Amino acid sequence: MVTEAVLERENYLNASYGIKSWLLTKDHKRIALLYLATITFFFFLGGIFATLIRLELLTPAGDLVSSDTYNRLFTLHGVIMVFLFLIPSIPATLGNFFLPMMIGAKDLAFPRINLLSWYLLVIGGCFTMYAMLAGGVDTGWTFYTPYSTTYSNSYVIVTGLGIFVAGFSSILTGLNFIVTVHRMRAPGMTWFRLPLFVWSNYATSLIQVLGTPVLAVTLVLVICERALHIGVFDPARGGDPVLFQHLFWFYSHPAVYIMVLPGMGVISELVSTFSRKAVFGYKFVAFSSVAIAVLGFLVWGHHLFVSSQSVYAGLVFSFLSYFVAIPSAIKVFNWTATLYKGSISYDTPMLYAFGFIGLFTIGGLTGLFVACLGVDVHVHDTYFVIAHFHYIMVGGTLMAYLGGMHYWWPKISGRMYPEGFAKLSALTVYLGFNLTFFPQFILGYLGMPRRYHAYPDEFQVLHVMSTAGASVLAVGYLMPLIYFVWSLRYGAIAGPNPWGATGLEWQTSSPPPAHNFEETPTVTVEAYDYAALEAAKVG
Amino acid sequence: MGSELPLFPVQASTVASSVDHLLYFLLAVTTFFSVGIFVSIFYFAVRYRRRSETELPEPIHGALSLEVLWSVIPFGLTMIMFMWGASVFFKVSRPPDDAQQVYVVGKQWMWKMQHMEGQREINELHIPVGQAVKLIMTSEDVIHDFYVPAFRTKADVVPGRYTSEWFKPTKVGKYHLFCAQYCGTKHSAMIGWVYVMEPREYQAWLSGGTAGSMAEGGDKLFHDLACINCHHLNDQGRCPNLRGLFGSQVPLADGTTVKADEEYIRESIVNPSAKVVAGYQNIMPTFQGLVTEEGVLQLIEYIRSLTPKQPAAPAKR
Repeated sequence: MVTEAVLERENYLNASYGIKSWLLTKDHKRIALLYLATITFFFFLGGIFATLIRLELLTPAGDLVSSDTYNRLFTLHGVIMVFLFLIPSIPATLGNFFLPMMIGAKDLAFPRINLLSWYLLVIGGCFTMYAMLAGGVDTGWTFYTPYSTTYSNSYVIVTGLGIFVAGFSSILTGLNFIVTVHRMRAPGMTWFRLPLFVWSNYATSLIQVLGTPVLAVTLVLVICERALHIGVFDPARGGDPVLFQHLFWFYSHPAVYIMVLPGMGVISELVSTFSRKAVFGYKFVAFSSVAIAVLGFLVWGHHLFVSSQSVYAGLVFSFLSYFVAIPSAIKVFNWTATLYKGSISYDTPMLYAFGFIGLFTIGGLTGLFVACLGVDVHVHDTYFVIAHFHYIMVGGTLMAYLGGMHYWWPKISGRMYPEGFAKLSALTVYLGFNLTFFPQFILGYLGMPRRYHAYPDEFQVLHVMSTAGASVLAVGYLMPLIYFVWSLRYGAIAGPNPWGATGLEWQTSSPPPAHNFEETPTVTVEAYDYAALEAAKVG
Repeated sequence: MGSELPLFPVQASTVASSVDHLLYFLLAVTTFFSVGIFVSIFYFAVRYRRRSETELPEPIHGALSLEVLWSVIPFGLTMIMFMWGASVFFKVSRPPDDAQQVYVVGKQWMWKMQHMEGQREINELHIPVGQAVKLIMTSEDVIHDFYVPAFRTKADVVPGRYTSEWFKPTKVGKYHLFCAQYCGTKHSAMIGWVYVMEPREYQAWLSGGTAGSMAEGGDKLFHDLACINCHHLNDQGRCPNLRGLFGSQVPLADGTTVKADEEYIRESIVNPSAKVVAGYQNIMPTFQGLVTEEGVLQLIEYIRSLTPKQPAAPAKR
């Protein structure tokens, strides 16, 4: 033990000790780990709610929990997964840890603000926890008015405040990333030498900074109407309930891209590393991230096709929604083309990447169905939509997050995870996911509405399949939790670059020293130049 | 029935097959692309698997022609989806002129239907096969959504305004009615049945009721609420004459005109000062809270009945 400690190089984990050294840290890597612990907690909490929802839906009758409890379960599942897990997930953990390293920086531009944004997430989370323990909230994560402002007998205001505060965490992280990418790049690290993970996080940050304030304003209006009875949304007080939907989706549609763009960035890294090829069409992949961020702000009205919005507004929003499909398609085609004539290995991160591309393709292509006015009128607010966005959020973002965690775990911890178990978990997650959510497309087209506590008998077979899949999925998610912790002590020593990857984060020791690099790197080659890496090794 | 695994919903309206055909097109295109991508990935992953730890593939940086190709072709296909979808949407959004009207009021957690002839139903809607039906809907509390999967259509039911939805049933039968917009505790119990009947049976069902027509109900309310005291139904009253009002263009005090449709009449009842008729004073009190949404609908029917030559026909929009 003593000898091991002596032999171990100084790194960000052993540079200082004690609880204070963590809670007051300004090191982006430690803050990333604080985030990791926080969002892992929220992920499993949200997962418990999902499990209870699936158990309730095993039988047509609403018999396991009461209607009010069921409504609180799906609301808390949505609120926690969206605002406290998915939105911070990749940017605040992997982005926080690796964005500065990838551009050769010592830290983010504003280390104290970075720590503040973690505290804000925790405070926002505490509000939500309080609402949950006090009696829950039953409006759905969408808070539609006038239900949320006038009719709901639950803790809407506290939950709204929680999301409001967590929103500032998101804004500050975005701001920090934007300034860091502009100001902190190492010598020679030009914009078109940036790894694509940086591009996608940069695009995400733009949405966070520009979109989140609109959600904040909307929540304040909901709280004002509920607490002070100011008429904004409730027609009984002279308000307009559909106005809320416009404001809410103006943020919450772009928020979908906040959740999935960083995942796309992870996949670009994985596909390149595990096929030892530069990403095909680098500039197209990079600019498609920016295009998604911009176009994402123009399509919110496709959530209002059946809301009584005018027919012509529906036409415009359907038309614009199809534009977003193109940059997403460009990414999928370019990842596929990257594999051509590559040197492809099947390490766990790559299995997750394959899973991502498959599930994101299905999720993205079913987006064409819901963007299509004629079909959407039928499938709107049904399980078809549930399946569609879970293919994007869980099949996409979560697969990318897990892929990224496996890929960078050796760098974060200095240790390898057990490869056999990890491959098994990737396979389990993939199969469990499809069994859970594919039947829901059929359920939705059959007409099963969402947020139903009880349902007609003829839908039961598909619900049973879905619940069976969810139990497989739960096992798949628990496995990494266990073996990652196990590997902290027993995993094989990873070495600086176990995958033979090109990013600057792999050119320093594992775990990295507190200031990331012994000396500031100078960049002379494009991203993903495997020949240069090989030459440097030989030389 | 229970043991059967349905994979496709029954088609019971004129738009159902249009929606389903559009779905087949989308399925065909998206299946083609998914299979293409899956097969390519699988083939590349096997064909180009890593054979030695030291192998270094030739870098390929991209190809502009391919980028253009795989942007333009999908874009063209999505534009077909857009236009096809829009044309189906127009069909779904525009009721035919001969549609028979039924009024729907949603409230936590029930559906209240009122036929023009006066028949009222709760959580059930009886309609004749082959006859287009237009629903005029509003809510007493939160947003609901009137969804009949067999007809492939739905529309939100919004408090404070009228929304509409139409369908022409093609098949006699009993079909699910769901509330599709989350509305609170018993959202999943806000369900019912649509009964599509042979016209003759429908007539028999209609005559089974004892209530007077909606317009008669409105007439009674018009007197009970003392509307008649100011609206004299001639040009002598302090307030505008309502005869011949429905469907006409009404000149307003601010110089604009407005068409006297359901929405305008509702607004004039619950918020009279919003649009004051030219030549009259803003003296009418609000009836918000004094008359139920169903009462407002009866009043609208009554006012419609005061306009000759438009017996119970829908206002052209």
